[in-house]
Amino acid sequence: MSERTLNVVGKSVPRRDGMGHVTGKTVFVNDIRFPDMLYLKMVRSSVPHAKILNVDFSAAEKVPGYVRALTHEDVPKNIYTILTLIGVGPDEEYVLAEDKVRYIGEPIAAVLAETEEAAMEAAAQVRLELEELPAVFDVEEALKPGAPILKEWGTNYFVYEGHHCRRVRFGDVEQGFNEADFIVEDRYQTSPIEHAPSETTGCIAKPEADGRITIFSNTQALFFTLDNAAIILQVPFQKLHLVGGTVGGGFGGKVDVIVEPISALAAMKTNRPVKYVFSRQEEMQASSSRGAWRMYFKDGVTKDGRIVARKITTYADAGAYNRHTPYAVTKHAANIAGPYRIPNVWIDAHCVYTNKQPGSAMRGFGVTPASFALEMQMDKIAKVVGMDPWEIRFLNAYRDGDMKPHQKVVEDATLIEVMQAAAQLVGHDLPENLMQMKSGNGKEA
Amino acid sequence: MAKLKGVGMAAVNYPTGMNLGGDPSQALIHSTTTGNFVISLSSTDLGQGLKTVIAQIGAEVLGVPFDNVLIDTADTDTGPHCMGTFASRATHRVGNAVIQAAEEARKIMLEVAADELEISPDDLETDGQGNIRVKGSPEKSINIVDLALAAHFKYGRTISGRGMYMKPKSDVDPETGKMDPDSTEAHACTVAEVEVDTETGEVTVFSLKSAYEIGRQVNPALVEGQIRGGSVMGMAHVLYETTHPYYPEVDHLPTGFSDYVLPGPWELPEVESVVLEYPSVNGPYGVKGLGEMTANSPIPAIANAITDAIGVRITEIPITPEKILRALEEKENVSN
Repeated sequence: MSERTLNVVGKSVPRRDGMGHVTGKTVFVNDIRFPDMLYLKMVRSSVPHAKILNVDFSAAEKVPGYVRALTHEDVPKNIYTILTLIGVGPDEEYVLAEDKVRYIGEPIAAVLAETEEAAMEAAAQVRLELEELPAVFDVEEALKPGAPILKEWGTNYFVYEGHHCRRVRFGDVEQGFNEADFIVEDRYQTSPIEHAPSETTGCIAKPEADGRITIFSNTQALFFTLDNAAIILQVPFQKLHLVGGTVGGGFGGKVDVIVEPISALAAMKTNRPVKYVFSRQEEMQASSSRGAWRMYFKDGVTKDGRIVARKITTYADAGAYNRHTPYAVTKHAANIAGPYRIPNVWIDAHCVYTNKQPGSAMRGFGVTPASFALEMQMDKIAKVVGMDPWEIRFLNAYRDGDMKPHQKVVEDATLIEVMQAAAQLVGHDLPENLMQMKSGNGKEA
Repeated sequence: MAKLKGVGMAAVNYPTGMNLGGDPSQALIHSTTTGNFVISLSSTDLGQGLKTVIAQIGAEVLGVPFDNVLIDTADTDTGPHCMGTFASRATHRVGNAVIQAAEEARKIMLEVAADELEISPDDLETDGQGNIRVKGSPEKSINIVDLALAAHFKYGRTISGRGMYMKPKSDVDPETGKMDPDSTEAHACTVAEVEVDTETGEVTVFSLKSAYEIGRQVNPALVEGQIRGGSVMGMAHVLYETTHPYYPEVDHLPTGFSDYVLPGPWELPEVESVVLEYPSVNGPYGVKGLGEMTANSPIPAIANAITDAIGVRITEIPITPEKILRALEEKENVSN
């Protein structure tokens, strides 16, 4: 770029869609209507783990406005995994459940009706015969011998290139513990949370006269959705046309591909537009959550406050299916040692399946729990060593040129600078030597 | 019983871009006959203001007014591929693609202007107000509307450009975890001031004061929006929210916002921030990803502030009044 004075970059021009959003003029997916549109509602499991013995539609069929139902037998490629497009496998989630359900809210059958009310009523009238199976909810219980097994491959964990977890090995952590004056250990646990977007996940699939299907969607990733839907439907990619771009809050929850494939299938089967929008309860119970994480830290620290070894074992609670959790675990492993220079690091990060609503992507993808745990741990280290919480972070902060545990050289470090700026903002006086520190040589704002 | 005050801090990093890369985004630009520039994308705006930020970047490179840049997104028939809006990637990836496309279009725009003004393209500059003028002789200029008309109807040229940005995919070494996961790192430090009521276990967050370093702000008001929203989202994660109140058990799942607790207007703390800019090497105008990070630093900062207030560490979130009361009870039992 030429060194021109900037005209508009750096200026707070008003957002173009802001007025539409606050006056209700913006058109979201749920605002779109077609005259002959059908409504799709899902029949879901009420139990966390069960064999499906029978699904009886006879009462549902009597509901006025009922059109038809879809089961796994209607889905061309019923078993999939979202990340197949970037080489993560194997396929393991069911578009519609086959012989088993593995979490409360798992979709079993889709019901189509002329009105939303009829679709809800018909879905409620579908009689399920389920034989409950022992369920496992705790990540560490799920890895013990004898635990109920969720996966066809016989374990409750994702396999990373032959390993039962994502590993990071840097330096010699045991040697580091030998050099340490203090060992600081703790366990940290986060809870699953909901993305809570203003607009719930949804789409409308509309058959066109030329044989293609237009899908109006609030997905965060249009081509990702198109590609996955085409694979599930076993149709050529050019058959699908995704339209979107205006989303009422995503936070990662709309990177999954849940509503579009089944809606497009329903549109193809009925040759009518089909709307499938999650209720708030579905958004909370059946769509992905931010999965919970359990993290164990063991740090070796010297008397002068230097962290010389960090050993971390963590467990991501993926719930019943992959969604994006295997990938989140890798990102987690790259970040959980923190923005600190530590010569010896050992990380085992597990992706564990339990009988829960799947976790998936959410703002902070594997890093949010890591930051929570390690920044609480830093305060604990400060207390054990008898240092100020600010000073312990300055002392260990990474700088440009340092090597991270995943063997990437640090090049854009500004941890020291944000701590200096925050201290100034709150009027916290830092010693002069800390205020003089820099992350890089000659680094200037 | 007492109301105990506490202060806590936390400092975090956050990576920009889809983990391990391999996540391309493209942009196409063309001018209409009327001097508008259309940027075609398939990227989604989640409410954070991507459409506005991308128009700003396009206008900056083209050297034309912001209002003359239109964003056409998102349609998989007409918009070139975008991996999606996630991983704090959109402004970085799409912004870079738009810069490349806009530079190509700008070059053609200046060539056409050079033909009209009978001068070398190297002697021309844009004024950002809709005119292309001769350096040193600003009275000699052409308006972009006249220029677009000339390009279409006199010279038969398209003023257009193609752009793409991709960080090549990095593979992870399964033995050591060696990998290149991100394009750059943004940083944040938050200081939280809280008060804990030992009678009820309730936590009041007085303030979240933070410093962020995000490379470059394209639109400071939208940055502020992310900071405010993220700060409260982080506060909600550490104090209130759970889809599984009896985790890991699956009882009492939430059905709506009446039983899934989010902070309301009464709970909002004072949010104050400063933003530092140390431009990244590979971001558009030095941008780093901001969106996700803003929710992260408040979580441990508030947790550490609670520890400071009550002298007990609670390492499971959300830190509910029940957990605080149990922790205080345990502390008392130990000291007795």
